[in-house]
Amino acid sequence: MASIAQPVGPTGQAGGAGTQVLPSPAVRPSETGLLSWITTIDHKRIAILYGVSAFAFLLLGGLEAMFIRLQLARPENDLVSLERYNQLFTMHGTTMIFLAIMPLSVAFFNYVIPLQIGARDVAFPRLNAFSYWTFLAGALILNLSWLANAAPNQGWYGYAPLTADISLPGGVGGSPFSVARNVDFWALGLQVLGVASMAGSFNFIVTILNMRAPGVSMMRMGIFTWSALITNILIVLAFPAITVALILLSFDRFLGTSFYIPSIINDAGQLTLTGGDPLLWQHLFWIFGHPEVYILILPAFGIVSEIIPVFSRKPLFGYAVMVYAIAAIAFLGFGVWVHHMFTTGLGPTPNAVFSASTMLIAIPTGVKIFNWIGTMFGGHLNFTTPMLFAVGLVSQFTIGGISGVMHAAVPVDTQHNDSYFVVAHFHYVLFGGSIFGILAGIYFWFPKITGKLLDDKIGKWHFWLTFAAFNLTFFPMHFLGLQGMPRRYSSYGDGSGFFTWNIVVSAGGILLGATFVLFLYNVAKSLQHGKPAGADPWDASNLEWSIASPPAHYNFATYPVTASRDPLWEAKYGAHGHSPIQQELEIIEKVHAGVEDAPAPTYEVVHHHVHMPNPSYYPFIAALGFFLAALGLIFSHPRLEIARVDLPLLSTLGLIIMVVGIYGWCLEPASDPEPAATDPGGTVGHAGH
Amino acid sequence: MASATAAAPPVERIEATQATQAAHGGGGHAGGGHSGMPAPSFGVDNRKLLMWMFLASDCMFFGSLIATYMIYRGRAEEIGVGPFPADILDIPYTSVSAFVLLMSSLTMVLALAAIQKNDMRGLRVWLAATSLLGTIFLGGQYFEFTEFFHEGLSLQTNMFGASFFTLTGFHGTHVAIGVVWLVSLLFVSLRGGLSQKDASSVEIAGLYWHFVDIVWIIIFTLVYLIPYDEVEGAAETHTEGFLKAGTAVFRLLGMVT
Repeated sequence: MASIAQPVGPTGQAGGAGTQVLPSPAVRPSETGLLSWITTIDHKRIAILYGVSAFAFLLLGGLEAMFIRLQLARPENDLVSLERYNQLFTMHGTTMIFLAIMPLSVAFFNYVIPLQIGARDVAFPRLNAFSYWTFLAGALILNLSWLANAAPNQGWYGYAPLTADISLPGGVGGSPFSVARNVDFWALGLQVLGVASMAGSFNFIVTILNMRAPGVSMMRMGIFTWSALITNILIVLAFPAITVALILLSFDRFLGTSFYIPSIINDAGQLTLTGGDPLLWQHLFWIFGHPEVYILILPAFGIVSEIIPVFSRKPLFGYAVMVYAIAAIAFLGFGVWVHHMFTTGLGPTPNAVFSASTMLIAIPTGVKIFNWIGTMFGGHLNFTTPMLFAVGLVSQFTIGGISGVMHAAVPVDTQHNDSYFVVAHFHYVLFGGSIFGILAGIYFWFPKITGKLLDDKIGKWHFWLTFAAFNLTFFPMHFLGLQGMPRRYSSYGDGSGFFTWNIVVSAGGILLGATFVLFLYNVAKSLQHGKPAGADPWDASNLEWSIASPPAHYNFATYPVTASRDPLWEAKYGAHGHSPIQQELEIIEKVHAGVEDAPAPTYEVVHHHVHMPNPSYYPFIAALGFFLAALGLIFSHPRLEIARVDLPLLSTLGLIIMVVGIYGWCLEPASDPEPAATDPGGTVGHAGH
Repeated sequence: MASATAAAPPVERIEATQATQAAHGGGGHAGGGHSGMPAPSFGVDNRKLLMWMFLASDCMFFGSLIATYMIYRGRAEEIGVGPFPADILDIPYTSVSAFVLLMSSLTMVLALAAIQKNDMRGLRVWLAATSLLGTIFLGGQYFEFTEFFHEGLSLQTNMFGASFFTLTGFHGTHVAIGVVWLVSLLFVSLRGGLSQKDASSVEIAGLYWHFVDIVWIIIFTLVYLIPYDEVEGAAETHTEGFLKAGTAVFRLLGMVT
């Protein structure tokens, strides 16, 4: 057993020649420069790409929200035009959901999952890179609409027939298109983002199921990894519904079908029925849309479930029940979509069925909240910044959860529908839940990712200011909603009585925006002058803290063997003596403190090379082709005529590039051939055990 | 294999997983010299597991398309704008092409059996046969679509045209991608790029191929075989259908309890 206590240098490449214990692969993924970021397939670097891009989009979405709040700061304001206001709230919602919260969760999946399960990378490293570049492509398509002066303007759930009927007015003056292309940017952008999400999810599911190190059984995985697994199953099963919904929408818009258009005016000028049904869009959209709500919140639940035990100095209370609760939420999440459609007149029976199923979800959600409280109960609570944000989630999400149960009752929902009460509700779950969880996760894992601790003093200011500004912004929206202020209206009358709370909300909103400046300052300052984190700054419980910060590009020199849900606590405090993980940790700490040099390996030769896959251009090329193909459907001129078929030139070109990318990808070897000396026929034999 | 691995002593298991775990993931072709898969903790090859996940996802994709078709089934008759499915669908013709597609599943199985027995000539023959049968099915669909178009049915004509062409068109696209995949495997094999240890590459393509066949059985039944006369005139909005389904569920629950 001693042979697996393999020492690792503190950063993987620092120090003298002695630090690098393992023979390095022929091409190291950790080269520097722009090109290395384009070709990287290291899950940690892809996580950073995801995190940085998604945070930029979070700021962009926040900026859009700032404009909304400035517009509503006083009655009958005319800061932005009506059309621009529509674009702002549409892009705010779409950006926050698809370009900020989801990819920030994916950034955590990417960084943390392989470390928690003791793997060197995800199962499909190149597919992982493809997911990121495709995500960026979709995000660019959505936001290029600003440059074309045709930003989506129909609301984030894009109800038909407003979206489907191209004869309806839409574009603002100055748009370069004959038909308003606003919805096309949105539909095609989301379509591309959907492919990115699904590709990522297949990858994470296989990684979690198949790449676990010895001893990491399903019921010993970190609870964050569990929430990631179930979130990704939700993505895989929910996204096809919106894919089909968007295909039908694009057919209505590009090919003249009438899936969502109940009637058209024919050539003779008469109104004729088509048989199309706008409600089909709502069904398909919400069959995706409600699981999407859980896709947004479950990763945050997973993050706080990691953090609360560490800072309560207790194992997670009711681990198994927590797992079942996540699974139950996900399962029930597919059977509640009609609660978004209570006011569409489906009738009492569907409304009653879906009202009941919606209320059921409160049970597993309540279980989770009680388990977090149970974890903290009797623990030695240490309110560091990550813990503050985690407890912030528990309290603020509960408020959003309770207003959610209110909407499960059909008569109440009928009153609240399309009012600011709903806006208050989903900001409590999405900001008070998802964003608080994500910020908690950033404070928690930032030292692992960068090797530096975020400043805790600024962090505490950040938390309390966020907490105050968040409640100042969103709590009064409950009152506005109950007073009858409808959502999505760009203005309100002077005597409407909405002014008082709106100015409070706007002030809170601006303050909330300012807290992100404070956070960025903390990040910038800590990257420069932050305290060195060491491998395990929080005295944490899981595997990712057993290796150096930041981890070497191969993560684990040897696969860790675990026999516990909290393997690192087991190693540090368990009764089983000097465990391999503990030995490794001690060595890292000593090297880090400069007490001693990294020791030479105490055993003969590593049996196998650490054999990492090569960087690759092909995922980027395939994603680039996909980007051009989708963009070509919007900018459909110039055109290309092959035989009698008339094709948009850009799409054709994009498709060709994509096919080249995919074939290159499939045919290139995933890694260099293993040097013969290190593989004495061993791997084949072992696999056959 | 999973249980045997679990039973092995810990150190051996470490060595087994220590191999090129991460290197085996990406893409369709793992490359020579790496067939020694580290024992996957779920007991299934990474790429095969990915394909199963993809198929689960594709079930939802076709589920949504089929639901759309079923919601609009009978809508053309209700509105009164033809051509109607009862007039235009040629069941004997499509039965033949459905039979061709089903037979391609048989040849797919034979291709997999061949590579597992290291019979490379057999593999090539059966891969070629499968792609050929798939291509015949696609040709049949091309002529069917053309014929319908000449009889006045297009995407824009009525809800039948829109939902029929969309559903069967996306199925046809799946078949076409499958044919390209099989032909690619055939070319790789002809260039000597496939050997017995790459059987899983053929198996994964086979999983996709069989899935696409099964989807066609469902589409063929729902679109072609179930008669339209019963639906005609008695078409219901999906709201009413939904209500009926909900009521039926409640009655069932009542009977149970």
